[in-house]
Amino acid sequence: MSNLLELEVKKIVETPPEEVERVKNWINSEEYKEKNFARQALVINPAHACQPLGAQLAAHGFEGTLPFVHGSQGCASYYRSTLNRHFREPAPAVSDAMSEDSAVFGGQNNLHEGLENAVALYKPKMIAVFTSCMPEVIGDDLTAFIKNARQKGHIPKDLPVPYANTPSFNGTHIHGYDSMLLSILQNLTEGKQIEGRCTGKLNLIPGCDFNTGDYREYRRILKAFGVPYTILADIGDTFDSPCDGSYQMYAGGTKLEDAADSINGKATIAIGPYATPKSFGWVKDNYSGRHVSLSMPIGIEKTDALIMKIAELFGKEVPASLKNERGRAVDAMTDSHQYMHGKKFALYGDPDYLTGYVSFLLELGARPHHILCSRGSKKLEKELQALLDGSMYGKDCTIYMNKDLWHLRSLVMTDPVDGIIGDTHGKFAARDAKVPLFRFGFPVFDRVNKHRYPIIGYQGVVNMVTEICNKFIDIKDETCEDRFFEMMR
Amino acid sequence: MSDKIRKIEGITKESTQAMIDDALAAYPDKAKKKRAPHLAPNDAASGCASVKSNKKTVPGVMSARGCAYAGAKGVVWGPIRDMVHVSHGPVGCGWYSWGTRRNLMTGINGVTQFGMQFTSDFQEKDIVYGGDKKLKVLLEEAKGLFPLAKGISVLSECPVGLIGDDINSVAKQSSKDLDIPIIPCNCEGFRGVSQSLGHHISNDTIRDYIIGTREFAEPESPYDIALIGDYNIGGDVWSAKPLLEEIGLNVKAVWTGDGELEKIAATHKVKLNLIHCYRSMNYMCKVMEEKYGIPWHEFNFFGPTKIKESLRAIGALFDQTIQDKVEAVIAKYDPIMQAIIDEYKPRLDGKKVMLLVGGLRPRHTIGAYEDLGMDCVGSGYEFAHNDDYDRTAPEMPDATVVYDDPSEYEFEKFAHTLKPDLIGSGIKEKYVFQKLGIPFRQMHSWDYSGPYHGYNGFETFARDVDMAINSPTWKLVKAPF
Repeated sequence: MSNLLELEVKKIVETPPEEVERVKNWINSEEYKEKNFARQALVINPAHACQPLGAQLAAHGFEGTLPFVHGSQGCASYYRSTLNRHFREPAPAVSDAMSEDSAVFGGQNNLHEGLENAVALYKPKMIAVFTSCMPEVIGDDLTAFIKNARQKGHIPKDLPVPYANTPSFNGTHIHGYDSMLLSILQNLTEGKQIEGRCTGKLNLIPGCDFNTGDYREYRRILKAFGVPYTILADIGDTFDSPCDGSYQMYAGGTKLEDAADSINGKATIAIGPYATPKSFGWVKDNYSGRHVSLSMPIGIEKTDALIMKIAELFGKEVPASLKNERGRAVDAMTDSHQYMHGKKFALYGDPDYLTGYVSFLLELGARPHHILCSRGSKKLEKELQALLDGSMYGKDCTIYMNKDLWHLRSLVMTDPVDGIIGDTHGKFAARDAKVPLFRFGFPVFDRVNKHRYPIIGYQGVVNMVTEICNKFIDIKDETCEDRFFEMMR
Repeated sequence: MSDKIRKIEGITKESTQAMIDDALAAYPDKAKKKRAPHLAPNDAASGCASVKSNKKTVPGVMSARGCAYAGAKGVVWGPIRDMVHVSHGPVGCGWYSWGTRRNLMTGINGVTQFGMQFTSDFQEKDIVYGGDKKLKVLLEEAKGLFPLAKGISVLSECPVGLIGDDINSVAKQSSKDLDIPIIPCNCEGFRGVSQSLGHHISNDTIRDYIIGTREFAEPESPYDIALIGDYNIGGDVWSAKPLLEEIGLNVKAVWTGDGELEKIAATHKVKLNLIHCYRSMNYMCKVMEEKYGIPWHEFNFFGPTKIKESLRAIGALFDQTIQDKVEAVIAKYDPIMQAIIDEYKPRLDGKKVMLLVGGLRPRHTIGAYEDLGMDCVGSGYEFAHNDDYDRTAPEMPDATVVYDDPSEYEFEKFAHTLKPDLIGSGIKEKYVFQKLGIPFRQMHSWDYSGPYHGYNGFETFARDVDMAINSPTWKLVKAPF
């Protein structure tokens, strides 16, 4: 019962300091980079999570909705704590705690018991069921299980229970988001399409966006236009609820009746073509009105595209307040372009954030230098390359698809940049490269209140420019020689 | 163990039972029947567990529990700093547990220390065709890219066990080929009822693959000990280890916070195992006792009262030299601790705390709160066993509520009735209670603070508890309009 590896028993030997020094330098070298990029199987520091996390986010975007993990209980704890850490907010969700016997008998009993208990304790208006690995591997049939649950009375007859298969061994959190959103929309809109009815509203699908400030910004823009809207799905209040002495388990989310009626909308804009292709495809085939897919509105041009599209779809002039806002954002850029012009950046993150970052940087004369997506596609690569090709500041930039943050480390150590844009997980690479990490994506575990500051729209431009430029100025103040330390910057 | 039975004004067995019954009223019958034995008033005099534990979580109730993988990766194996820990399976599990436990490490990241995320990132084809071949390749890659790693652990996620991969034979063959210990750990998340089985499985893998395979280079001494069950959360080991050294002991290995694989492998040569987290590592203490005749001893380094008791009890296991040093250390720190208590106790005296943590702190930290004048009015664990609850009974005031694997519903109900001044629990609970205006500290991660162990830790602990309870921000929660 011991030494099953049949290891030779040896005295402990400390690694000699010169060997440590050698390896420490080696991992920063071109030679190491080549070896690192030759990896076929090992993934180190990936910049993506698994599908069910995104599914949970989508579920939180609807009123009174309890996310329900069909799978092992540990999965639910991981998703919840990840959302807790990013938003510093509650993230209530349950699991049906499948265990070894479920591997043999399937998870139906767990699901039924779990649904019944969840309804009794947490009184949801909707339960959004999604799967983690175990039921996917053993082949649980959710359609039959949920039908049976209703027949046997484990759930009330009229309680919507959309469900999505979100295996973790396929895609990333954004794909889980898409599948859950699609299932919720299909469920809620079933039989709700009314010939000739038009709500007059815009359906806005914001995509798998973890920034509550962005949701508020979309609402503000639409209010400025006077365009009535339904956001599918709106986590803006769910993960930014007031501290007032009460706990609202379901603090926000789109009203279920509004979501149901969204099928009769005047128009639908899906933000982020990479986040919700399945949902948008289905909406195009089934929803009334016009349907448009737009990039995430990060930077002036991409925001302009959104603003003009809203104006066009609803036959409205762009309101003066937004025109002024655009002017102020451009003012912020012209006033501070000198602190970013020519600066080189490494970028990583989800596809829709990446197209936005690149567009934004090029507008400022900054240089995207390494772009890395740990789950990207040819389509994304082509879109990013087209953006780069459209600007002289996009030259010399390389795109790396399906690479991880250990690859990124090799890149920034051998071909340095001035800054990195990404999430908290890049902080080790940034520290080793001695450059700032600008945290704009998801997750941000190590800074406070970031999710409250929009990065979309004209206000997002102001926020990003301010954060990036001031950091570069801080660095100059902190590191310059005394004789160059001066009052003005 | 405290010798006197404490009572809290207004809390009786009847009042606690009524509160429990009220919480259970909302459950469907089957769930109520399952949950009822896990909730009870403490019977301090009996010194025995008053609740059932280590049972399957009731589906759908919102438990705080994690899984066996979490216990293996997050708790036992993950903190060993000089190893590559591979999360074998899909990308998520490793990603969620990447850097989120705060088991700090010395060394150079990617060179001598590997606090990173390594995963085989299973795709559909790996599920269909199996992941053993991929595992073999990635082990070679890990060895090639991280030549100073002393070993590799392979931590299985759910699919690995379900598709019938044989990681054990891959590990064995690759160990030989690469000349590095590769430890396969079948800790799939669906196994068992909580993190706890992951601890046990990991202990078993240390037993089966590691212990006895290295020897210390230095000559033995009668004061050689190992520090077991300290995971260096927020730097706890860096506070506890120097204290043990100050009383004259040689800390030869730490399990596993900031731990080193080869020192862990040589632990069969120490004279005594000192265990802090009993729940997660009692298994190997018992193995080393049976196999190598090494005695083990539980201690508590939270708060000056327990530290003092523990140091004296440890000293009693050694000769006069150590005992003299223990007294000298106590004499040195007593006035420092008194000054801390003098500063904070006036602001904390009589305040009530509720706890829900993992497998140790719901009992071990009670003394530290009491040092500050506070009372524990409810305590419970995510994944404790009966022997933990036995050890808890004498530490808690009589008739206060004990809860095992409580649902969020129950926990919120109890807090509503007991109106604690502070709740110490985890990230999933934190923001619920803060919205309610109840001060909260994360007691798994020390809320990004720490260390809390040892004399140094108490100063930080006292400051944090005071800051949580007396922050002026709480006064702003209710709007004046």
